[in-house]
Amino acid sequence: MNRLNQLFAAKKDNLLSIYYTAGYPAIDTTIDIAEALEKAGADFLEIGFPYSDPVADGPTIQNSSQQALDNGMTLNLLFEQLKDLRKRVSIPILLMGYVNPIVQFGVERFCKMAAEAGVDGVIVPDLPMYEYETLYSGFFKDNNLSNIFLVTPQTSEERIRKIDNLSDSFIYLLSSSSITGGNLSVSNSIEDYYKRVKAMELKNPTIIGFGISNSETFNKACQYANGAIVGSAFVKLLEQDGYMGKISGFVRSIRP
Amino acid sequence: MKYGVNEQGYYGDFGGAYIPEMLYPNVEELRQQYLKIINDADFKAEFDQLLKDYVGRPSPLYHAKRYSEKYGANIFLKREDLNHTGSHKINNAIGQILLAKRLGKKRIIAETGAGQHGVATATVCALMGIECIVYMGEVDMARQAPNVARMKMLGAKVVPAKSGSKTLKDATNEALRDWIGNPVDTHYIIGSVVGPYPYPDMVARFQSIISAETKQQLKEHTGKELPEYVMACVGGGSNAMGMFYHFLDDESVKLVAVEAAGKGVDSGHSAATTFLGKEGVLHGSRTILMQTDDGQVVEPYSVSAGLDYPGIGPQHAHLYKINRAQYVSVTDDEALQAGLLCCQLEGIIPAIESAHALAQLEKMKFKADDNVVVCLSGRGDKDLDTYIKYFNY
Repeated sequence: MNRLNQLFAAKKDNLLSIYYTAGYPAIDTTIDIAEALEKAGADFLEIGFPYSDPVADGPTIQNSSQQALDNGMTLNLLFEQLKDLRKRVSIPILLMGYVNPIVQFGVERFCKMAAEAGVDGVIVPDLPMYEYETLYSGFFKDNNLSNIFLVTPQTSEERIRKIDNLSDSFIYLLSSSSITGGNLSVSNSIEDYYKRVKAMELKNPTIIGFGISNSETFNKACQYANGAIVGSAFVKLLEQDGYMGKISGFVRSIRP
Repeated sequence: MKYGVNEQGYYGDFGGAYIPEMLYPNVEELRQQYLKIINDADFKAEFDQLLKDYVGRPSPLYHAKRYSEKYGANIFLKREDLNHTGSHKINNAIGQILLAKRLGKKRIIAETGAGQHGVATATVCALMGIECIVYMGEVDMARQAPNVARMKMLGAKVVPAKSGSKTLKDATNEALRDWIGNPVDTHYIIGSVVGPYPYPDMVARFQSIISAETKQQLKEHTGKELPEYVMACVGGGSNAMGMFYHFLDDESVKLVAVEAAGKGVDSGHSAATTFLGKEGVLHGSRTILMQTDDGQVVEPYSVSAGLDYPGIGPQHAHLYKINRAQYVSVTDDEALQAGLLCCQLEGIIPAIESAHALAQLEKMKFKADDNVVVCLSGRGDKDLDTYIKYFNY
């Protein structure tokens, strides 16, 4: 049981997760932002580590990643910053990023350092299931780290079952086949997809992400899943002056 | 094939399909269908017909007599520059558009660096009456303005890639993002032997016509179908893979792949991937790529936009690692000088990409009866500005 499992055991509905990029807008605010988000009531967090070529991300997160790299963010520095994480933040934390920086860092070393820092799970959009299963799953399990898989409206039922079997905390449902930062439009076909997944009665909870930007889209997503993730909309808030003072208002505007 | 891809999409340690879940259905559809489609008799007949009547194949294998005298061996040039649209890129574009039609796709996207693949894709889309969107780095659009105009004349929409370094790798990222957002009706025509499996294998098969013809033509010229050396330039590596393909299992044939050293391998302005790169993941496959210690992709440099790519195809990475092919590099200056020499000795203005392969001839030690085939992958019309500026014509 890691913190994610404990959270999902205790709370089944309206879970709110927030994503932000480490090293953006300033190099040294990673923990400050996490602390402010916890105080504001977020249930768990995704901290992105930047990559030069983030193909699954839209302009907002691309820009935050580039800025973070320009500010000097690296995995080494992030783990250095995360040494204080568990002194100040108690909600579950996921790291999110692309596979190449992890491969260069060393996957085993990455998992070990993440666990030492008190990280609970990892989301790597471009790490395929086959490579995870055959090469890396042992490192994740040894370190009690959850690997989070994505599901899209095009994912087959057979594949969703397989993902459910490989998952041990939650499944990340994409609101549409898109990059991050779009607008959630609940068309009939998307509603059918949510209903289809819900009817499968998966053993893992589901959290909807991509396109969740306000209370309306958050509430809509929570009708079909255990909660939702806000990413680009929060990263946009961080572009504003005095963003630290606005974090609590932002979280309350999503889930009063 | 000994050096071919396995069922999981790997060449030794390299390859695979490192893609976000959003791309999984598209790539899986291709993986399940591509061999069935391209081995189908109707497909083959249509592909061969278009290569013959539209592209102008077979491209000649030309015995370059003055080169042969200069370098003391029998030098042959495989004339891909004489293809319609001016390079080998059209072979793959024809193959993939026929495949896209059979998959029922209504919309084509592509990335392009110098514009050669973009022009080839725009051409086949015009031929088939299919919508075409080409992603091109904003910096490359300025460097290669005539090719942008050509694509527009052919009816394609050219979309500037404004992220990152605004060159080929970013155009590839933008094309992948488009594909994520349009998973059902769109086919992505990747221009090189890169990307997630099955692309590297599929593109290599479409380009393998180059070596299939060469074997036959060399036999007509020399009585033997195997040369001693086969040489080609490598950016992503599609002309080289097409040129090597049917010689891979003939271990007596020495394969030489020429990378772009730019201003010198150690200058900080280079695209010599096997010299400067490390193993990692780029654009959906495990391969060798130029990157920082932190795993961030490094922007490469070469005077030749077609070789200006930070990785190589996974099959090349494998051939490099097991030493089946030799990977060497040539600087901007050496390539430009070799391009001019080709004009003056053989009356052929080569693309600067192909001039890299020609420049390597200077560094080889041949025996008098060696047969050497160099892939002249493209013509130099698109590079006239660069040649003119360099030589002050």
